[in-house]
Amino acid sequence: MEQIRKRISNKFLNQWFNLQMNPIQNLNKTFDNRIRLGIMSALMVNDEINFNELKELLQITDGNLASHIKGLEDAGYLKVQKGFIGKKTNTTYTATKIGERAFKQHIEALEQMISNTK
Amino acid sequence: MTILKKNLADNIKSFYFVFQSTFMNNIHQQPQQDLHHIKQMMERSSRFISLSGLSGIAAGITALVGAYFANTVISKATQQPTHDALYNRNATPENYLSLKDYMGSKLFFIAVVTFIISVGLAFLFTYLRSKKTNTPIWGASSKRLIISVAVPMCAGGFYLLKLMEAQAFGLIAPGCLIFYGLALVNAAKYTLGEIKYLGYLQIILGIMACWFTGYGLYFWAVGFGILHIIYGIIMWNKYERE
Repeated sequence: MEQIRKRISNKFLNQWFNLQMNPIQNLNKTFDNRIRLGIMSALMVNDEINFNELKELLQITDGNLASHIKGLEDAGYLKVQKGFIGKKTNTTYTATKIGERAFKQHIEALEQMISNTK
Repeated sequence: MTILKKNLADNIKSFYFVFQSTFMNNIHQQPQQDLHHIKQMMERSSRFISLSGLSGIAAGITALVGAYFANTVISKATQQPTHDALYNRNATPENYLSLKDYMGSKLFFIAVVTFIISVGLAFLFTYLRSKKTNTPIWGASSKRLIISVAVPMCAGGFYLLKLMEAQAFGLIAPGCLIFYGLALVNAAKYTLGEIKYLGYLQIILGIMACWFTGYGLYFWAVGFGILHIIYGIIMWNKYERE
């Protein structure tokens, strides 16, 4: 029992230590791209957002956007809903809980890096 | 030999220093740029930021012109008992106006025309700006903005129609100001946040006007005319000046 508690506290301590001393480790590889960063930022402040809105926001081509969305979807960070408005397809995206958490962690790591170098 | 070794070590050290400083410099700036990018994307995707200061100035000037015409109509019509009722709190039942009379009156016509022109001009300048900044004018953010403005405005509009029907004409100008102010405060979440202060000022002005019923038009001109122009100039100066 004592050992387990020790291990758990060690784990948290390690995590904290890592965050303080080596924030680069906590940077999320998925977000090292500006476009993915932009998609996630938009999803954080909007309940849902559709393909065209993302395209206009980021000013990129369909294929480029689709591949980055696929990357985020594979990571489990966003959810895709396919729907219709009349006869036109309307695909909307929402951030998953995992995605939100990962993004927040990434921001914290970025902030930590800034305060470390100051 | 030892000197050579020391030299070599120094060289390696200085090389490491140069390497580290360039590398560190790079990751030094990256997080700041990333955070800036995140902030920008959040702003651009959630707020409608193309709202132009010129829209405010144009709406203000239109309101002042409208108020001028309304004032001439009022001063010409003061002799007529029907129009007397509009501006006299102590109107007697005989010279009350029906809603239909009021709807057909010149004042109502002026109000509607002023509203349409000012909304049209506001839309035009905002459209031009959104073209310039390359942000879509019709997206989730502008939809939310329009809904958040429209709800208090429509509720207020119905209430004001009822006020006309109830002959409480002195409370119409203050009502316009209060409901418009509430609409702006409500909209501040979805566009440039400064519009909140314009909203607060309109509300305060509207509440004050409730106690100066004979001077409704002046309060109306200050709120919709002068405050709009001041707001427009400040916003234009802050965001659009090159």
